[in-house]
Amino acid sequence: MGKDDGHDHHDHEHSHLEGMELKVRTLESLLVEKGYVDPGALDEIVETYETRVGPRNGAKVVARAWSDAAYLERLREDATAAIAELGFSGRQGEHMRIVENTAEVHNMVVCTLCSCYPWPVLGLPPVWYKSAPYRSRAVSEPETVLAEFGVKLPEGKTIRVWDSTAEMRYLVIPERPPQTQGWDEEQLAALVTRDSMIGTGLALSPGAASGQAT
Amino acid sequence: MNGPHDMGGMQCYGPVEPEIDEPVFHGEWEKRALAITVAMGAAGMWNLDQSRFARENLPPVAYLSSSYYQIWLAGLESLMKARGMVNGAELESGKLEISAVQTKRPAPDRAAMGVALAAGGPVSRETSTQPAFAPGEPIVARNHHPQGHTRLPRYVRGRPGIIAAVQGFHVFPDANADGQGEDPHWLYSVAFRARDLFGAGSHEVFVDCWEPYLERAVE
Repeated sequence: MGKDDGHDHHDHEHSHLEGMELKVRTLESLLVEKGYVDPGALDEIVETYETRVGPRNGAKVVARAWSDAAYLERLREDATAAIAELGFSGRQGEHMRIVENTAEVHNMVVCTLCSCYPWPVLGLPPVWYKSAPYRSRAVSEPETVLAEFGVKLPEGKTIRVWDSTAEMRYLVIPERPPQTQGWDEEQLAALVTRDSMIGTGLALSPGAASGQAT
Repeated sequence: MNGPHDMGGMQCYGPVEPEIDEPVFHGEWEKRALAITVAMGAAGMWNLDQSRFARENLPPVAYLSSSYYQIWLAGLESLMKARGMVNGAELESGKLEISAVQTKRPAPDRAAMGVALAAGGPVSRETSTQPAFAPGEPIVARNHHPQGHTRLPRYVRGRPGIIAAVQGFHVFPDANADGQGEDPHWLYSVAFRARDLFGAGSHEVFVDCWEPYLERAVE
């Protein structure tokens, strides 16, 4: 939304939001009354994705992959099992595969048909990932899309776009930043952003990690 | 179905607008919409592919002008109405008018839901068959336009590609969405060159394709 949105527009947005709050409350109480859903189960779902599952899970996987060659090999062989070793598994992560960025190759992930996304390692997808602009152009003009994220790749690097059309879920292992020799996994994980694991960003440089959002 | 959801290669939607410090949910209703949708899936009255088709099958104007969770809710309402679980008047008023139908599985409680979320629902299946294609083999994606659900995006149909990997033997969405059972098939990662898909570009696009989506390339 632009900064010149008028007052009417805000009123409209506000009443629209209230309309959705009412609609969903009505639906929820109907479904509970019919015995189709259990209120405690609803709370469990919200709490899981609001507080327990998010991109810091994926950052731990990446940090381990950067630090432990044997773990990286297990990720290549069976990413689902290797990620489960760290305690991350479940819905929308049943069939995981890693794709590794190198000096020659940059990977990025999209779901052109809906919003497939590896929930156990990245949490629920951001709005832009589910949006028409990203879904439409990530496959046809990835360089332009990357530029919209402020990412410019070195000349000659090949881009591989992964369109997640089945239940396979992709986790990008970004390139390990230079000058991180001897860093422990916790320090390394702080350099791993959500976007770097989708491929719309790169891992942070040492020194840029403080204060980053999840 | 060639619906508005099949967006790959479209050029009319403007730039991507990342939101700085985006919250997990934009308002309480989004939390509850997610929770209701996931919880209702546990009743076993539809499968994942049917729920995707219910969302794709919304009127195009509604699909394109709705937010993500609004699309989820509209799909959910459509699935429930089609199975006689709720009616339109109930959705309007919130007042119970028709009695609940027997669901295939009982509603999980909080603890059972936690277990179910952590377990997920793998779609890989056992098989004694062998994949028809091997990595490195050239293929052509079928040029088909089914009325029902498919996970073969329009931008690859009729285009040449190379088998990059065999991804296992998985539930086939086209059949499963249509109530024909899981009908599992071999799943492949197929590499397409951007210039074969869009006439330009130096990148590659990898698409997961079930065996019935693919034909052997003829020289």
